[in-house]
Amino acid sequence: MTASFILLAVLTVAGTAAAMSMRNAVHCVLALTLGLTSVAMLYLQLGAQFVGFTQILVYVGAVAILAVFAVMMTHNDKPMDLPDSHSAWIAGCIVAAAVFAVLARAIVSSAPTVQAQPQPAATVQQVGDALMHRFVLPLEIMGLLLTAALIGAVVIAMDRREEMK
Amino acid sequence: MTLLALWIPQLDQIFVIAAHWLLSYLPAALQPLGSAILSVAAIIVAFATLFALTTLLERKGLGRMQNRYGPNRVGPCGLFQPLADGVKSLTKEDIVPIRADRAVHFMAPILLVTACFLGYAVLPIGRNMVMVDMNAGVLFFFAVGSLMELAVFMAGWSSRSKYSLLGAMRAIAQMISYEVPLVLASIVVLMQAGSLSTVTIVNMQASYSGIWPHWFVFTPWGLAGFVLFMIAATAEANRSPFDLPEGESEIIAGYYTEYSGFKFALFFLGEYIGMFATSGLAITLFLGGWSAPFSFLAWVPSYFWFFAKLLTLIAVFIWVRGTLPRLRMDQLMNLAWQFMLPMTIFNVITAGIWHFMPGGPLRWLVCSTMVVAPCILFASGLKRKKKFQVRTYHFSQ
Repeated sequence: MTASFILLAVLTVAGTAAAMSMRNAVHCVLALTLGLTSVAMLYLQLGAQFVGFTQILVYVGAVAILAVFAVMMTHNDKPMDLPDSHSAWIAGCIVAAAVFAVLARAIVSSAPTVQAQPQPAATVQQVGDALMHRFVLPLEIMGLLLTAALIGAVVIAMDRREEMK
Repeated sequence: MTLLALWIPQLDQIFVIAAHWLLSYLPAALQPLGSAILSVAAIIVAFATLFALTTLLERKGLGRMQNRYGPNRVGPCGLFQPLADGVKSLTKEDIVPIRADRAVHFMAPILLVTACFLGYAVLPIGRNMVMVDMNAGVLFFFAVGSLMELAVFMAGWSSRSKYSLLGAMRAIAQMISYEVPLVLASIVVLMQAGSLSTVTIVNMQASYSGIWPHWFVFTPWGLAGFVLFMIAATAEANRSPFDLPEGESEIIAGYYTEYSGFKFALFFLGEYIGMFATSGLAITLFLGGWSAPFSFLAWVPSYFWFFAKLLTLIAVFIWVRGTLPRLRMDQLMNLAWQFMLPMTIFNVITAGIWHFMPGGPLRWLVCSTMVVAPCILFASGLKRKKKFQVRTYHFSQ
């Protein structure tokens, strides 16, 4: 564990924890952005430039802006006073522990095979080759799905405008 | 003559040699850190100086176009005006509105300037003069650029002022709309170069046939891509005619209305630094980076050409600002989604055809048609249902 990894891990955990615990919705989004950026930095530290930069481009440039817009449009940027219910806390803790257990088991059981050979840093060229040759069908299906979603969003927006007239 | 031939490469690499000489005094363990600090300091000093120079040039240029003098009191020909402005902004009171979100209000200008400066890490300013040669360099540039939108939102939201919020909403809507054509316009170069590394892209353009360079702008798709890229870059930089987010006559100064003193200066700095960075990327992608415009001028130091091209683009920016009126919001969005976006997508197809057709006049004819025809088509689509005639204004309007 290097110093930079510890720093990034602390930032990630602190950012996501703040995203859940802060009272102001916009502060939550900003804290979440910090967490997501730190995850991108972790990818960069592992030598995965493409994934790291795409993480920033998608999560900071698009998802965070979308969340921020949603908060502003609904005028819900005032501090919230939610009643603390213990049952929800307990259920949340159980789910979190279960997810952690599954992930930890998966990581522990796969550790020896990963450590056996050092992975070469994946260049953008390799990512592109893989996307365009081996995974071209999943890529096309994803593209089709996203296009359908885009057209659906446009159609929904058009209906709303006609109602307003 | 031999002395000259010996000195020209030395002059070209003078900054690289100087950096190596300075670093040789450091112990080996500290050299990577020292090299990084040296590069960062050089970039900040060079481009902050260029910013100071540009504010003066802009005010002088706009003054000329509007039939007045511009700043001419401080120093010879007003040359020290940026210095006076800097001292003024440092000594002014830093006002934070009572209802503002202090932490976010404080962080916004810092994040903006940091994001703007980060892009320079991948711009090759001269031969061997790039801070980091990443194999995803162009992607890094766009990823860092998307941080700017968040900084603009933070500034607008934390000020708790309607002008700031309106300005931020306008700015983010505009930046998101024009980011798509900006990225799509640069994709043609990435297709041709087959690389995302800025250094590789410049090296591919730095050769000559006869006296003419192989810049990507000298192809039909390259020219179209360059023009589209510069239009989108103007919108990204919030400059006239796309300056709705800060339109002084409607929402005062947009998202930085509630900033004063040095924080205001930081926003100003960030805006210009961002404009230089996007222009630098346009130079890298389309105008051959640091390479000379003619083969017989290749002896001139490479960094000179980069800055000469950058200053030319800045002059064009000033010229456009002095010439064109501001767009309306619907015109802005129509231009982005009905003209820029289809044009860039067509341009990607054109670049693909160019790549697979055998070289010759036929390729030029087909690709030029594929650029000109959609341009006319989409432009007439924008004009549809609108009559253009001389307007007469009455008092009631």
